[in-house]
Amino acid sequence: MALEDICGFTDTPVHAKWFPTSLFEDSISSIHLTDNCTFGLRKPKKSEGNGGIPMDFFIPTLPNSASFNHRPLPSPPAKYSAMVRRPFPLSHGTTTLGFVFQGGVIAAADTRASAGGLVACPAVHKITPIHSHLVVTSSGSGADCMLWERILAREIRLYQLRHRRRLSICGTAKLLSFMLHPFKGTEVCVALTLCGWDKGVTAATNSGPKLIYVCSDGARLQGDVFSVGSGSPYAYGVLDRELRWCLSKEEAISLAREAVFRATHRDAYSGNNVDLFHITAQGWSRRAREDLKEEYYRDMKRREKVAEERKRLIK
Amino acid sequence: MEYLIGIQGPDFVLVAADNVAASSILQMKHDYDKMFKLSEKILLLCVGEAGDTVQFAEYIQKNVQLYKMRNGYELSPSAAANFTRKNLADYLRSRTPYHVNLLLAGYDDADGPGLYYMDHLSSLAKAPFAAHGYGAFLTLSILDQHYRPDLTREEAVDLLKKCIEELNKRFILNLPSFTVRLIDKEGIHDLETLTSGAK
Repeated sequence: MALEDICGFTDTPVHAKWFPTSLFEDSISSIHLTDNCTFGLRKPKKSEGNGGIPMDFFIPTLPNSASFNHRPLPSPPAKYSAMVRRPFPLSHGTTTLGFVFQGGVIAAADTRASAGGLVACPAVHKITPIHSHLVVTSSGSGADCMLWERILAREIRLYQLRHRRRLSICGTAKLLSFMLHPFKGTEVCVALTLCGWDKGVTAATNSGPKLIYVCSDGARLQGDVFSVGSGSPYAYGVLDRELRWCLSKEEAISLAREAVFRATHRDAYSGNNVDLFHITAQGWSRRAREDLKEEYYRDMKRREKVAEERKRLIK
Repeated sequence: MEYLIGIQGPDFVLVAADNVAASSILQMKHDYDKMFKLSEKILLLCVGEAGDTVQFAEYIQKNVQLYKMRNGYELSPSAAANFTRKNLADYLRSRTPYHVNLLLAGYDDADGPGLYYMDHLSSLAKAPFAAHGYGAFLTLSILDQHYRPDLTREEAVDLLKKCIEELNKRFILNLPSFTVRLIDKEGIHDLETLTSGAK
């Protein structure tokens, strides 16, 4: 693959699968005389470009890596892990949304984590702050999202320490997209929406609210409104009608809540509560978590009242 | 589904691409630009699988620019097209081929305008007109019927409009707007975005 070639990833299980003879020259399984005449297994190669992370961390387990385990190697099979059978089905049910308006960026999400037909956890945080002016909403596989958010936060912080300036939101998105690219085609399922405010030092065009969608498929899209997850079509139905640039802060918050509420009503895999973050030039602020069950009963009462009113007027 | 079209005239190339970035059944963006500027007079139009398009097109774009930095002059459209095809071919039988369909349009100061059709199996063909996507099935016959090698710019835009009308009439998917660009000896010009009119 292009990125592998550039980084020189030759001693990986990926490479080994297609060039099996090179495995016997591979140092992982062989015992070497290292410097100072000490016997020892050579340490797993660390890739310099990744800040000293062992490379086997980045290499995904291959779908048919079970074939590796038949090979009579003396070394522990740490690098060639057997296929783990999950005791439950993965599910990607969620409703998250983000949009840009005159008062900044709103990010909203439900809080249900589902595993097949089971609600694995009714109170999950799907919106995570990365730094003071960037928040990321996650959908897809919960474990993958948690991991990649942490990796992203670490890489952003490292960039800030190395270059003494904060990476722009566009740069953050590109970095994340390139980090996810090696895992394209595997079962990694991560669809993140970066919602942030660029405090541009350079060009005035680059600063301001930003909303970028990054997906493990490789898609990276900048836009004004995104909704991701199984409940997203329902959310789009509400957002597309009412969303305008000139909304006030209260209207925008109420629109985001309404969109998530309608999506959780129709989508089985979304529900429980709604989280809402608002990002401005001063940073992100978080609204208290709201139970959508209450909202549903309030909505029912509202409808009853409207129906009663209509009956009275007709009489 | 995505749509690309290119029409070569005697001293220009006209290209257009739809503006939809889709994810399963949803249009995530309505104003997505699928054209990548390789140099002052070369455009690469790229459609296909979600991440592969941007990764591959940016890779080619940066390499063409690197060639210019190293050697002091730009790659010709023909050389760029062959370079692109070679890269596609090299990754075709690897573990991770790039699933992209391309049109490369350029103006060479020596050879004039050129339109190159490439597909995900790394075939390359220099053609007077070409299209990619399901929309190509509907519009290639229109191009066959009305294309002439000595089209003026206005006639080429009219031919493009005919093709888009046909798409709006018969294609099952909604492609509301198209980015249109023209390349000639002066460089790349943005023309008016063509919309379907139905909002």
